[in-house]
Amino acid sequence: MTNPLTRAARSRRATVPVLTLAALSLLAACGGGGFDDGAAAGGGDASAPPASAEGPAALRVLIASSGDAETAAVTDAAQAWAEESGNTAEVVVATDITQELTQGFAGGSPPDLFYVDAGAFPDYAVNGNLYPYELDDNDDFYPSLRETFTLDGTQYCAPKDFSTLALQINTASWEAAGLTDADIPTTWEELQTVADTLTTPDQAGLVIGGGRDRAGAFLVQNGGFWVDGAEGTITATDETNVEALAYVQGLLDSGSAVLPPDVDSGWGGEAFGTQRAAMTMEGNWIRGAMSNDYPDVAYTVAELPEGPAGKGTLLFTQCWGIAADSPNQAAAVDLVSYLTQPDQQITNAEAFGVMPSRQSAEEDYVAAFPDDAPFIAGGEYGQGPVTLPGLVPALADLDSQLERIKTADPAGILESFQTNAEAALQQ
Amino acid sequence: MSTVRTPSEASATTGTRPPEGPLRTSKGRFGDRNAVGWLFVSPTLIVLGLFLFVPIVMALWVSFSDWNGRGSPFAGTVGFVGLDNYTRLLTDEGLTRSDFMTSMRNNFYYVLLVVPAQTVFALFLAVVLNNQLLKAKGFFRTAFYFPSVTSSVAISLVFLFLFAGTGVVNTGLDLLGIDGPIWFADSRGLLHLLGDGLGFWDAGAPPAGLTSTSILGLSAWQWLSGPSVALSVIMMLVVWTTTGTFMLLFLAALQDVPVEVEEAARVDGASRWQSFKAVTLPHLRPTMLLVITLGIIGTWQVFDQVYVMTQGGPGKTTLTPAYLSYSYAFESGQWGVAAAMAFVLFLIIFVLTSLQRYVLRDKDEAKDRKLERQAARRRPDLEARRAHSTAVLGNQQSGGGSL
Repeated sequence: MTNPLTRAARSRRATVPVLTLAALSLLAACGGGGFDDGAAAGGGDASAPPASAEGPAALRVLIASSGDAETAAVTDAAQAWAEESGNTAEVVVATDITQELTQGFAGGSPPDLFYVDAGAFPDYAVNGNLYPYELDDNDDFYPSLRETFTLDGTQYCAPKDFSTLALQINTASWEAAGLTDADIPTTWEELQTVADTLTTPDQAGLVIGGGRDRAGAFLVQNGGFWVDGAEGTITATDETNVEALAYVQGLLDSGSAVLPPDVDSGWGGEAFGTQRAAMTMEGNWIRGAMSNDYPDVAYTVAELPEGPAGKGTLLFTQCWGIAADSPNQAAAVDLVSYLTQPDQQITNAEAFGVMPSRQSAEEDYVAAFPDDAPFIAGGEYGQGPVTLPGLVPALADLDSQLERIKTADPAGILESFQTNAEAALQQ
Repeated sequence: MSTVRTPSEASATTGTRPPEGPLRTSKGRFGDRNAVGWLFVSPTLIVLGLFLFVPIVMALWVSFSDWNGRGSPFAGTVGFVGLDNYTRLLTDEGLTRSDFMTSMRNNFYYVLLVVPAQTVFALFLAVVLNNQLLKAKGFFRTAFYFPSVTSSVAISLVFLFLFAGTGVVNTGLDLLGIDGPIWFADSRGLLHLLGDGLGFWDAGAPPAGLTSTSILGLSAWQWLSGPSVALSVIMMLVVWTTTGTFMLLFLAALQDVPVEVEEAARVDGASRWQSFKAVTLPHLRPTMLLVITLGIIGTWQVFDQVYVMTQGGPGKTTLTPAYLSYSYAFESGQWGVAAAMAFVLFLIIFVLTSLQRYVLRDKDEAKDRKLERQAARRRPDLEARRAHSTAVLGNQQSGGGSL
C-alpha cells in the first residue's frame, strides 16, 4: 500500500536519471566514434612506414604566413608539385596556427603538413603528434637546425628555413657620430663604447628587444645558455650566464641601451625604423619591416660582437611537420622534399626574405644577397632555441622577469628560472 | 506533499494500476500529451545537452585526467590523476600555483573596482536619462549604449592607440604638464604607487616584512600591489563598454517605478535625494541584484581584452584566470591544469554570486518567512493534522481501492 502521490513524484524524479543516462550514452557515442581511431593509430614510432592511401593523395597544408608574398610562394610551389605528382595540395593560411593545430590534434584530423615552430616542437613531439621522417639528403641541412628538431636521438622534421640575429646600424647616425667601418663593434667593450658615442638626447645608441630571445645571445657569447639541450639539463645559474646578464644590465644602466617600451615601441625594429635608436639586434625579418614601413632609413648589417667566449648569436627556425594521424604521410614527405629543394629555397628567400636551411643553397644565397652575409654567417655558430618539452610556462615566466632586467637582480632571475624549469622537467 | 490534485492528473503521472472506464481513455490522452511535450522541448534539450552539458562533463573529466590534447579525452590511453591538477594550482609550490595566484590577484582587484564603478555609472546615466526635462533623450541613449554594441576587439585596438606612449591620452596629459606613463608597458601596481606617494613605503625598496612573508606562492608585497597601470587601462575600457548595457536595464526599471509613489513622497515633504534613496532605490533592488550578478560573472571571466591588448603582460600583471587557462591549454598543452583552473573559477563565481544574493536579499520578505516558520513550529499538531487529511484526500481521490 503506497501513496499514489509519492509514486507520482517518484516517477517524475525518475526522468532526471533517464535524461542523464541519455546524455551520457551520447557522450560515450562521441568518444567511442571518430576520435578514438586517431589516438589508437599512434604516432611517434620512427620505424613505422609512412602511411599512404591508395590513389592520389589530397594534402592539406597549414601555414602561418608572414604575408601575401609567402602565401603565394608556398601555394605556387605546392601546386607545381601537385601537377607533377598527380596529387592535390590545398594550402591554408592559419590566423592562429598554435590554436588551429591544437584543435586538429584533439579532433584526430590535423592537417597533413604544417609549419612547426622550434618552440612548440618539443611538446608536439612528446605528445606523439608528429610523424618523424628524414629526407634522403638530410645531411645537407645545417647541423644546428637538424639538432633543433631532434629529441631523444630522433629527428622529427626537415628544417624549412632559418633566421639569425645580427646588428643593424643606422647609417646616418653612424656617420653623424663620426664613426667609420673600422669602428663596427667586435667585442662587448666596443659595443658599449659605440653605443655611448651614438647616444644623443633624441636617440638611444642601442635598442635591445626584451625577453630571452635577445638576452640569450649574450649568454651564448659568454659560453653559456639557458639550458643544455643535448644533456637535457637546465644550466641557467652558471656563473657565465650571471655575468652575461650583468653586462646587459650595465648597457641598460648606462643609458646608451634601452628596451623597446622605454622608447615607446613594440619591438626593436620599430624603435630602429622610427630612429629612436641608432642600432638594434634583430633577425632577417627586419628587412621586410624596414622596406615596407621605413623605406627611407638607410642601414647596414653586421655580425653581433664577440663576447668573452667568442662569437655567438641566436637562431630561429621552423620545420615542416607531418601529422602522426595523417593518412598521406608518404605524399607529404615527397612534398617536403620538393618544397625544400635548393632552387625553391632561393625563390622563397627572394619572395619573403628567409634563409635557406640547406648548406648547398648557401653559395647561391650569398651571391644573390651579399648584404645578408652577416645573417648567414650566424648559421655556423648560432644557438637554436630551447627545445626541451614542458618548458613553455617557465620560459614565459623568464621573459616576463627579463622585462625588469634594468632593476632586477640577474642571479635572482636565473635562479627562479632554474627552479621552475627543473620542476617542469621532472613532471 | 501538500498539493491537492485532480484524480486524472494523479493517475496519469503515476502510470501504474490502470483504472477502469473513462479514466483509462483520459490516461491515454494525457500520455500522448506528455510525449508531445517531450517532442516539443527535445530540440532545446538536444542542443543544450550537446553544446553545454556534454562539454562541461568533458571538461570536468579533463580536469581530473592527464589528457595531453591528442585524440579523444575518453580514449583508453588517458589516465585518471585524481586531484593532481587541482593540487598543482592550489597547494603544490611552483610556477603553476604562483601563475594562478597572480592571475587571481589581478582579477580580484579588477572585480573590486570594475563592478562598483560600472554599476554606479550605469545608475547615474539611467537617472539622468529618466529625467522628464531632458531634451534629445534618444540621442543620449544611443550615445551611451554605443560602446556596448561595438565589437570589444575593435574598441581594444582603439584603446591601444589612445594609450600608446605618444598617443592621444599622453599628449593631452602633456598639455597639462603631466608626464604620462607608457600605459601598456607599466607593470607598477597602483597600491604600491599610492603607498609610495603617501610615504608608507618606498616602492623601489619594499619593506622586508612584506617581501619575506609568502602567502600561496606570492609575497604579501605582491598581493598588495593593487592593479597595475596596464590593468587599470583595461578596467577603464571595460567600465566604459559595459556601462551602456547596464544603463538600459536600470532605465527600464526606473520607468517601472510608479510616478504616484514618488509624487506622494514629494508631497509628504521628502527632498529629491530622500525620495531617490527611500523610494526609487528600493524599487530598483531586483535590477541592482541582476546588474551586480552579471557584473561579477562578466568581470571574473575577462578574456578578450587581455587577449587582444596585453597577452597577460607586462610582468604578468594583466594575467587573468580565463586567459591563463587558455594559454596553459593551447600554448603549453597542459589541458588538465587548464580545465581545473576553469572549475576553480566557476566555484569562485558561484560562491561570490550566492554571497551577493544573500547580502542583497529582500530582508522584509525573509523576515516574514522566518516568522511564518516559527509560527508553524509552535503548532506542530495542527500541521500534522493538515498533512494527514491531505494524504487521505489524495487516496480517496485517486480511487484508492487498495485500502
